[in-house]
This record gives sequence, structure tokens and C-alpha cells, in this order.
Amino acid sequence: MDLSFNAKERAFQDEVRDFIAKNLTDEMKRATALTPSVFSDPDIGMAWQRALNARGWGAPGWPVEHGGPDWTPAQRWIFETESARAGVPNVNVMGVKMVGPVIIGFGSPEQKNFYLPRILSGEDYWCQGYSEPGSGSDLASLKTRAVRDGDDYIINGTKIWTTHAHHANRMFALVRTSDGPRQQDGISFVLIDMKTSGITTRPILTIGGDHEVNQVFFDDVRVPVANRVGDEGKGWTYGKYLLEFERGSGIASAKLREGLKAISELALSDLTGRAIDSPDIATRISEVEVDIDALEMTELRVLSALQTGQNPGAVSSILKLRNSEIRQAVTRLGADVIGHDALAVEPMRPLYKLNHEPAMPEEMLTVVPEYLNGRAYTIFGGTSEIQRDIIAKMMLGI
Amino acid sequence: MDLNLSDEQRLLRESAERFVAESYDANHRRKMANDPLGYSPAVWKQFAELGWLALPIAEEFGGLGGGAVETGILMEAFGRGLVSEPYVATVVLGAALVDMCGSTAQKQARLPRIADGSLKLAFAHSERAARFDLSKVATAAHKTAQGWRLAGHKIAVLDGHAADEIIVSANIHDPQGPSGRIGLFLVPARTPSLTISDYPRLGGGRACNIELSEVHLPEDALLGDGHDALPAIEAAIDRAMAALGAEAVGIMQTLLDTTLEYTKIRKQFGRPLSANQVIRHRLADMAMQVDEARSIALRAALKIDAEPVERARAASGAKAKIGRCARFIGEQAIQLHGGMGVTEELEVGAYFKRLVAFDTLFGGSAHHYRRHAELGRTAISA
Repeated sequence: MDLSFNAKERAFQDEVRDFIAKNLTDEMKRATALTPSVFSDPDIGMAWQRALNARGWGAPGWPVEHGGPDWTPAQRWIFETESARAGVPNVNVMGVKMVGPVIIGFGSPEQKNFYLPRILSGEDYWCQGYSEPGSGSDLASLKTRAVRDGDDYIINGTKIWTTHAHHANRMFALVRTSDGPRQQDGISFVLIDMKTSGITTRPILTIGGDHEVNQVFFDDVRVPVANRVGDEGKGWTYGKYLLEFERGSGIASAKLREGLKAISELALSDLTGRAIDSPDIATRISEVEVDIDALEMTELRVLSALQTGQNPGAVSSILKLRNSEIRQAVTRLGADVIGHDALAVEPMRPLYKLNHEPAMPEEMLTVVPEYLNGRAYTIFGGTSEIQRDIIAKMMLGI
Repeated sequence: MDLNLSDEQRLLRESAERFVAESYDANHRRKMANDPLGYSPAVWKQFAELGWLALPIAEEFGGLGGGAVETGILMEAFGRGLVSEPYVATVVLGAALVDMCGSTAQKQARLPRIADGSLKLAFAHSERAARFDLSKVATAAHKTAQGWRLAGHKIAVLDGHAADEIIVSANIHDPQGPSGRIGLFLVPARTPSLTISDYPRLGGGRACNIELSEVHLPEDALLGDGHDALPAIEAAIDRAMAALGAEAVGIMQTLLDTTLEYTKIRKQFGRPLSANQVIRHRLADMAMQVDEARSIALRAALKIDAEPVERARAASGAKAKIGRCARFIGEQAIQLHGGMGVTEELEVGAYFKRLVAFDTLFGGSAHHYRRHAELGRTAISA
């Protein structure tokens, strides 16, 4: 057993650091640090995606024939860790990490040829049409309906919590094409052009003051049958496959560590009257740090298993759960560390383009919005309660 | 970067698990709980034959040259059977102190004998007034014309009753040398004016309090050359905490397995307990915490030879985190067994008690989160 990287991996680490140093502009870095929502705005995120793609690193998890870099799990770990340390933009994962793998796994050759290059280049910006107002954790109860009409489906219904629908030109969605004996049957996976007539988008503001999610309405929206991925009625299988990717990207500890580092720096600074001098704050920082250490070790254990071709199993649910809980602990700690400054609200967005002097130091601007928005981490991608059900079923067999 | 077990580590795990499963059953544990010695000399002999007593000792002293990871593998298996042999006192603490502080002659006289099973050690350091502060030692060692004179009280000495030789820490009073040094002294167990009061330890095994009233020792009873032994004491106790953390993981895994089985079998309101979501989620939390504890214990083992602050933070972080997981899993295991969990008729309580002892030994979770925080600030200001 060994925690250190070998010579080849260290060389790769230098390569990644070098790439980041050359491509990450101060503007991107500042904008990322001042973004209290999950994903960077498209102008920032896609600029980074283009830089990655130019280097051949646009889609780390994809097979080589579709443009993946053919990295080992250790290389992916190094890439993600170095990216988190440097504070690179949070690229919208809906294209590269979500719809991309589904198209690669189940799409037609035409779909692969058309969509995959456009995801890599950032030409297409994707959003995800899964949840509905009546279908949250019970996703398979979804009601948005696609009725066949010649070579088209006609879609009616509504999707909610649609991240960046207001920026996206494409949506992948689960829609009901028939009513089977089980509600999971009769669901299909379709790719929708957001400019199609009949689609309207309503913004939803989160409690942190950010516009990241939306509700999307479909009113007799015509989508070519050719835009269906895989078989009609098999969408649930593809959708579940994708959720595994959403949960099990598996490398989150480096980002958590950077988040805690920022909070610790505030606690050490005169801006907070040296909050760290209060023993309860100092101890809480340690508690969170140790939780991150444990999560990191679990991630490395999974990575080691993957390197030798073993299947890590239901541990992806543990990783999702712990990542979300620790992230909330970090943001809660942050809100406590900044003390009185937690009372001030800065409603303008984006925070990196403020045209006035804010009520608090710039390093504190995202702290409370991140805490508030961060409540969503234990809700999206399968709530913590759903994850516990999965652990009980898959790991414990009950 | 590779956290998979090597072939040798896999073999060690398999043989340790097999030994515990075959030889260390509930009957054996019950017998040991009422045994005045608290462990079995025959089992100790088997440990020697299996090479486990030689595991962390350097090859030049007749050992196998294993590291903290190997010790952890063995200890996790020990935890599954609540092994009560004085392994930590002798092979982890004792051997580490002799190895770090001893002269070549002192090492040669002891390490090979630990490895072959003919020498057992114990470490007497804790004192009532010091609580968990390792630097606070009131026991005094005065330099005399013939050697040393020791006086003081030690408490909570792990397996002191079983030791042939006890390593006693004391403040060195030597007009010729610098002051403020802690020395380690090798005290034969049968030294006159050394009083050992031993008692059964919570969760199995034994511990003792030791009174030293004017104990006279020869010059060479001092381990090493009289340098301040505090850094070595901290390193040895970090090593013991990593080993005990791995043992706690084995205990927690057994409690999880046992509780899971019970909730599948036990029926109330016409269905198994495990059919209720509140029970399923509790078990999921327990499984998650066993996994977290396993990760952080492994981390402490892998960092045991790192520079002192990094090593100590990893050890304290692990001790604190595993202590929390241990309390949660132990208390929930009892809760989910219902009334039977509170009785001596099931073994759940014995495993729980060993976890409570683990959390208490060398300081509980709160103490170690504090140490972790203080060392973190040292690291920042350095």
C-alpha cells in the first residue's frame, strides 16, 4: 500500500499544473471564487471547456474513440485534485458527464457523430429534464407525455429544477411514451432542441439569491422520433445509468478541502476577529477536516479497486452522501466563522461583476449564499434518504 | 498510489481472520473474562509461532519488518474476536519504545525475545493528575551513586500484570544533566517496592495501577542515553492509537453484522425489524460509519512514519473520528437489539464495552479533535 504517486503520475501532475497555469486566467479564477451556485456561468465555464478540449482533455471519462484522453483512475484523481486546488471554473456537467455517456452507451451512430463533438467543443450547452413538480424522489412517476405523430413526438408537460435551462440550447429528458404495468415502463429518453416552439422557461430563484434552476413548460412541442436515444420505453434504464454517473463521479474531497481552506483562512484573518481563537470554531474546523480525510481515503480505496478492475459497488452512494453532508458542514461553518457579516445580503448577481462597494469584504460574499444554496446538496441527484435506501438495499441486502 | 492489499497482506488477513474464527469463540471469550490472567499463554505461544509477535520488529532483531498497515490488518481481525492478549502493550507500545529509544545492547536484549514470545512488556506512563496530557509526569527519577531511584504513581497501565518488564516514564532529576527531561526506565516486574494492583479492564483484558516507592535501579535501567523521551512517547502512543483504531474497526464490523442479522430475524408487528425504514436507515448510517472509520484508520497507519506533526494529526484525527463512530455504532447496536442488548446474555455488550474502552484510552474524541486543532495551528504558524 502506498499513498504516493509514481514517477509517471508525478510527471502527469506537472503536466496538469502547467496546463492550468497557462490557461486559467485571473478573471476565470475570480469569477469561480465568487460564484455561490453549483456551476459557473456559461461564459466562464465554456471558456474553460474550450481550453480543456484544445488540449484533448475535454471529456476525461469518455472512451478514446470519442475523444477521451484514456486516463487511468489515478490520472483522473490527479486532474480533479489539481483542478480543485487551482480553483478552475465548474463546467456544467450535463453535457460531458451526463448526456455524453448515455449517447456513447445507447445512441445511434448518427447521434454520436452529431452530438458528441458539439459537447466536447462546448458548442452545445445541455440541461437535464428529469424532475417534475409531482415527481421528485419518485422520479418514475413522471407525467410529461410524448405522443407519436408520424415522424415526431408531440410533448406536453413540465420539468422542474432544470439547471441552466435559461442558458441551454439542448435538453435531454425522460418522457412518458406509454403506460406500462410498472411506472418505470413506457419512459423514453429524448433529446430536445430548446429553440423548438412551445417551450417556455420560468426562472426559480434559490434561497441564496441565485438564478441557477428553472421550470420548463412543454406545450405541443414537436420533437423528431430520430431524437430518441435507444429503444422506446427503455428510457428508465438509460436514465438510471446516468444517475450512477451523477453520483459516482467519485472525486469530491479535493474541492471540499479547498472550501475548508478558504473558511480556515477567514477564521485566521483579522476580518473575522480571528474566529479560530475560539476553541469551538478551531475544533469544528478539525472535525470537518478529518471527515474530508476519511472521504478522501474512501475515494482512493475506490480508485485503487477500479485500477485493478474491481467493482466498488454501492460505495458510490456512500460517497454522494458523505460529500453532500460534509459540503453542508463546510458551508455551515463558514457562515458561523464570518460572524456579524453573515447578516448582510448582497442581492446583485453575478458577484464578480458588482458595480458597487459591497457591505462586507469580497472574500465573504459567497459564504452565506453557499450555505443557503448548499442545502440542495442533500436533495439533488437522489436525496440523502434515497441514498440510505440504496445503501440498505445494495450494501446490506435489506 | 495503490491501496489494494499486497499478496502478503492478504495472506496475513486471511490467516488472522481464520485464527479468530476458529479459536476465538464466545466460550473462549467468556473463559478469559473470568480468568485472573485475562489472556491465554497458549494463545500467546501460537501468536509467536504464527510470526505475529515478530511482525513490526526490524529484521536485524529477529522480526519481520512489517509496518503499521500490517499491524492494522492483524488488529482488525483481533477486534472481530475481541482478542484479549497483551499485544498492544508488548508488540506495539513496548517494542516501539525500545526500538526508538534503546541502545543497541538494550534492543538486542529485548526485541528478539518479544519476537519469539519470551518477553512481555508494558508501558506505565499515565498519571491521575495528568489526565491525557502526555508531557505531564510527576513520577521522579533521581540520579544516585549506584544508578536511579524512582518514586511515583502510575495508572491505567495496559496489561501491566502480564509484563516481565515495565517501561516507566519519570522526570529525570540529575544535578549533572539538563532538567525538564522525561526518561524511560526498564523496571523488572518483580522489583521490590513496586506494587502492582491489577483489575479487569472494561471490554476484556486487564490493566493495573502501579506504585513505585523508592525503587532502586541500576544505571543501565535508563532506556537510551537520557535524551528527553517525550517525542518517542508521543510517537509510540500514536502508533498504539492507529493499531487500536484498526481493532475498533473490526469490532464495529462485527457489531454491524450481528445487528443486521438480528434485525432480519426478529419479527414485530408481523414483519422483520429490517422492513422498517427507520431501522434500514439506521443500519445504513452504521455501515457508512464503519466504512469511514476503516478509511481514517488506514490513513493513520499510512502516515505513521511521516514527520511528527503530520503523523500526530493523522493519529489524533483518526482516534477522534473512530471514537465517535464507535460510540454511535456501539450504542445503536444495543438499541436495535432491544432489551436483550442490555444483558450479558448476548455478546453485543462485550463488544460495546471494548469500544467504550477504546474511546477512553489515551483520551476521548473531544481531546483528540482539540489536539488535532492545536497541531494544525502549529503547522500553519511554522
